[in-house]
Amino acid sequence: MKRYLPFFIVGTVALVTLASGALLYRAKRLPALAIPENSTTSAMGGTEMLHVRGRADALVTLVEFGDFQCPPCANLSDPINQLERDYRSRLRVVFRHFPLANHQHAREAALASEAAGLQGRFWEMHDLLYREQSVWSKAPDVRILFNAYAGMLGLNIDRFKKDMESEEAKARVASDEQKAGALGVRTTPTIFVNNHQVSPAYLNPAGLRGSIDTALRARTPVSSTQ
Amino acid sequence: MNTSRFRIILYTLAAIVSLAGLADATYLTVQALTGETLVCGGSPDCFRVLGSSYARVAGIPVAAFGTLAYFGVFSFAMFAAFGYARARAFLTLTVGTMFLATLWLLYVQAFVLHAFCRYCLFSAALVFGLSAIAVLVPSSR
Repeated sequence: MKRYLPFFIVGTVALVTLASGALLYRAKRLPALAIPENSTTSAMGGTEMLHVRGRADALVTLVEFGDFQCPPCANLSDPINQLERDYRSRLRVVFRHFPLANHQHAREAALASEAAGLQGRFWEMHDLLYREQSVWSKAPDVRILFNAYAGMLGLNIDRFKKDMESEEAKARVASDEQKAGALGVRTTPTIFVNNHQVSPAYLNPAGLRGSIDTALRARTPVSSTQ
Repeated sequence: MNTSRFRIILYTLAAIVSLAGLADATYLTVQALTGETLVCGGSPDCFRVLGSSYARVAGIPVAAFGTLAYFGVFSFAMFAAFGYARARAFLTLTVGTMFLATLWLLYVQAFVLHAFCRYCLFSAALVFGLSAIAVLVPSSR
């Protein structure tokens, strides 16, 4: 009997490991989120201002809930810009704020982008914030850097500073957070392609391209769901 | 305490340590498979390590290799404790390989990624412990 005991123990440990791994996988796998078909922009009220790049009649809409201080979001910024260039009129991109509480400067960055948006330069600030993330995310006083970025983009600095503090900018960020909460978004980046969440395992250039291709094959124009 | 008893205690200790490693590596493997390491929601340092290209070999999460290695160590330690003569050689070989892999992964974290993942550091500590046990086990001759 003693001869077979190690086989029994090793077998038991193998089974327990496999079973616990499978249970953990099921528990950790994020539920696939979807944007309800009847969710329209007008329903969000007066503070809602979508940041959209691309044509309104594009066949595919990619919605990103992002945080400017999130490294994976920054990593995806250039690939998404490349996808926009590759798919041209077939793809439009929507950005929504979801600044995470554990990122010290994420909210200020979101407000800076909104302040730039109030002068018509949201996307320029969006790209700049992601590109310079490693610089400003470690800075003790990000305001100085954000003001410098505003200057680089040719914005009116005094107005930019005032807009960063404005209730309008805060309300726009809050509106996106509210939307994220309603959809069950918990992490960043959370990306939807034609209203269906892209699995975190596919949050890479090839995975996004595959999701867009799949949506294009389905050829379901989506114009009013974001 | 005689040598045989001391050996059994060390093998049992190695088996217990490897179980902790098995749990750690299984958790990291699941994280990699669900894509949780690719999103922000936890520690940024963990993302830098576990979301980096060094966290996968040929598309397979490094943690999966860790799971297999810890399971191997547990199995060999159990068989060695029950007197299977060849198990010790396999145990030493596996732990030696893990030791070298751990040195490489620590180097990558410290000098390439400039970020440390706490689960990886825990695993490194376990591997160092297993290495010490493998060295301490007295020869059967």
